[in-house]
Amino acid sequence: MSFDIDLDHRIGDRRIMLQCRSDAGLVALYAPSGAGKTSILNMVAGIITPDQGRIAVAGETLFDSEAGIDLPPERRRAGYIFQDGRLFPHMRVRANLLYGHHGEPPMPFESVLGFLGIGHLLDRWPATLSGGEAQRVAIGRALLSGPNFLLMDEPLSSLDPSRREDILSVIERMKHDLAMPILYVSHDRAEVERLADRIIPL
Amino acid sequence: MILSSEEWGIVLLSLRVSLVAVGLMLPVAFALAWLLARARFPGKLLIDALVHLPLVVPPVVTGWLLLLLFGANGPIGGLLERTLGISLMFRWTGAALAAAIMAMPLMVRAMRLSIEGIDHRLELAARTLGAGRWRVFLTISLPLALPGLLAGLVLGFARSIGEFGATITFVSDVPGETRTLPIAIYSALQMPGAETAVTRLAILSVILSLAALVASEMLARRAAGGRTNHVL
Repeated sequence: MSFDIDLDHRIGDRRIMLQCRSDAGLVALYAPSGAGKTSILNMVAGIITPDQGRIAVAGETLFDSEAGIDLPPERRRAGYIFQDGRLFPHMRVRANLLYGHHGEPPMPFESVLGFLGIGHLLDRWPATLSGGEAQRVAIGRALLSGPNFLLMDEPLSSLDPSRREDILSVIERMKHDLAMPILYVSHDRAEVERLADRIIPL
Repeated sequence: MILSSEEWGIVLLSLRVSLVAVGLMLPVAFALAWLLARARFPGKLLIDALVHLPLVVPPVVTGWLLLLLFGANGPIGGLLERTLGISLMFRWTGAALAAAIMAMPLMVRAMRLSIEGIDHRLELAARTLGAGRWRVFLTISLPLALPGLLAGLVLGFARSIGEFGATITFVSDVPGETRTLPIAIYSALQMPGAETAVTRLAILSVILSLAALVASEMLARRAAGGRTNHVL
């Protein structure tokens, strides 16, 4: 079972509920903006604690309100790729990539560089990268942290259309090469239909 | 301008008092700034007000409060005297304490602003990459707060080197012990015919402050590193 999620959470007067058991490689949560998709990713990553429920990914229980399990984010081994990249502005690309580098990454450093085509960016500062470059580095940083699964929060939305195809094909190759569960969030129907093995509308 | 040994003594004392004051206050001010920027707790408003007190009350009052607390019969002063045999009265250490207290609000304000300016989402990103709270603090929060921390240090140092009212109230004017630059200028002003001494001391004080400003500017540029300069 790649994803076994059953959660219930209230933010203000909004209730976010999700039930999802799936063995698909890439599960996409598809919903218009503002439906709480990012909140769900944050709950899986351990950034938000759900009111109740259970989250297990790739056979590991990350959260279980009944059993009192709530792993902190740093122990969940989630490769979280954010909408806005979130590279550390005070570190060069190399230091960004190596920030979470411990454990056993699914790909060695050199292969990640080659796979994402970012080898020439190592000495640059994040502020000097284009949107597409920054998103590639963010993906590389997540991969090198040795994740058990990936969370992707609209990774294409901050890119201009010409760069989207570029990152889309990177994600397709990741899905194919890494055999790692991916929880993908988007409001773009075409994007989701192209990538997902299973689509869950919210 | 060649300094007399007395003038050198005053300059060195001023530097020692200010550096010790700022050095002692640095961790305290940072902890307070962190608390005020990040924590939610009952009584936060009170802490905030207490931190700002030295900024808003007349320095003489701060000096008098220090006398009450740290004087020989004060609750803290008495305790220090009995347990450690330390007295701050009429000592340069007392001047450093007064300078530190007077510098505190400025240091806390600068640091608090920069802590509030840290993008919390970067810290969360670091957590998902496997970094525990301490590592996140040391590798993300602290470096990102560094410009404000430096600004706080410089403001605090400038405030300390100019500190007069609280110091003279708390530890009086003891040549070689508590007679810092501003106090030396004040006592020279009390003597007839000491205009040259006053002028020289005033020039020294301006030079010292300007040097601190320039040094901080250079530090801040180094701290900002190349990250704002484009590599290409």
